[in-house]
Amino acid sequence: MNHIENNFVHRQSSHCESGVVANMLSNQGRLSMSEPMAFGLASALTFAYLPFIKINGLPLIAYRMPPKSIIKGVAKKLSMTVHSQKFSSPEKGMQALDKELEKGHAVGLQTSVYWLPYFPEDMRFHFNAHNLVVYGKNEQGDYLISDPVFEDVVTCPADDLKRARFAKGALAPKGLMYVLEDNGHQVELNALIYKSIRKTAKMMNGLPIPGVSFFGIKGIHYLAKQIVKLEYKPMKYTRLYLGNIVRMQEEIGTGGAGFRFMFASFLDEASVLTGDNRLYELSQLTTEIGDKWREFAMQAVLFCKKRQDISLHTIAETLQECAKMEKQLQTSLLSLSALK
Amino acid sequence: MREDKVPQDNSPTYDGHKKLMYATDKEGHYTGVQSSGWEVESFATSMAVEDLELLTLEAKKAVEVGELSPLAYHMHKHRFDIPNLAQVSGFFQWQVKRHLKPKIFSQLSQRKLDIYCDVFALSMLQLINIEES
Repeated sequence: MNHIENNFVHRQSSHCESGVVANMLSNQGRLSMSEPMAFGLASALTFAYLPFIKINGLPLIAYRMPPKSIIKGVAKKLSMTVHSQKFSSPEKGMQALDKELEKGHAVGLQTSVYWLPYFPEDMRFHFNAHNLVVYGKNEQGDYLISDPVFEDVVTCPADDLKRARFAKGALAPKGLMYVLEDNGHQVELNALIYKSIRKTAKMMNGLPIPGVSFFGIKGIHYLAKQIVKLEYKPMKYTRLYLGNIVRMQEEIGTGGAGFRFMFASFLDEASVLTGDNRLYELSQLTTEIGDKWREFAMQAVLFCKKRQDISLHTIAETLQECAKMEKQLQTSLLSLSALK
Repeated sequence: MREDKVPQDNSPTYDGHKKLMYATDKEGHYTGVQSSGWEVESFATSMAVEDLELLTLEAKKAVEVGELSPLAYHMHKHRFDIPNLAQVSGFFQWQVKRHLKPKIFSQLSQRKLDIYCDVFALSMLQLINIEES
């Protein structure tokens, strides 16, 4: 088997999807892009608490927009095209991947974390929307992978990668493979920054539908109420419930505090690019919000460790403070973009 | 979070890896910082992993005394539960529940057993047994 190694500079990221997009863009060479910038431009920051979607019996909690929205969002903003393909048969999917590699492309893939052998055992769960970039194949037939959440590039046997690409279930990747085509459009980055901030700010309040309180600031308040109600549940369930929130916020690669630090980093970078000092001030406010979320996570875990001085009320109150601070951020972000 | 406050707790759940975090430097600007783990996060991860391990262990015992079929063991071992095993295999949840009964499982058709083999990436021999190969 021939050794194929296409040129691809790996850069570690916090999150898989924003990392893949930022790395793909930077490797094209025309527009260098940081991960937080890709995240911010895609207006990916949000909060969602979806009690009717259960994962291993626990409600789904998300701190960002659904999978694929970052890739699509960034491509749309930059007037680039995402060429994506899904496959009905795993064999065809693997052949198509080899073909793209032979053409000299670095290819984005959606995969299931569970079947990727290079992941730490404790992190391997059935999560089907993990993104990575394949940039080559060695003589043994193993694929050369730039997995954005890892320090360095990794390799993966073909069989495992095939399994990961064609895992079934919720968010099944169906072999999804994509390349980003640069149409060479000149973009006004500053205008795009304000536009995406405005979109994020609008979404922060949640959906403007009465009775639907699962998103944004409303969602955070709703979750706080649910936490207080855990008092009537068995301790085992409470521990797993709180642990689940902490994992969604920290473990799955969010750059800390459920993407709040990444968003703060975006605002910081945006302030340098636009010369708008107000963005820097809001970056600092977002940092404080992130710190508050970390405090919440810490209290939740202390409660699980049965520390006497932490009650469910304490945890819920901290969460409500997060919501209040996010409200303040939202107002500032909105008034900021109104001036533009 | 400040750069020097980024936890470096060498969490066993990271298995020696480091994650990238975003934190502020001395000038108050953001930068990427590698973290070897955070005790708070790793506690939450371990809780989830231990819960799954406990379920696997309980299933193993139940299989040994003939209360459940080997499918119960493989399901938990591979970190599935009934709803997502149903999704992945294409069976209905009530079918999966039936297959957890030893008597029903032992009479399953080759075709159905093949589906489970495929889901767990196991050979037929491994699927109908619970011992580690």
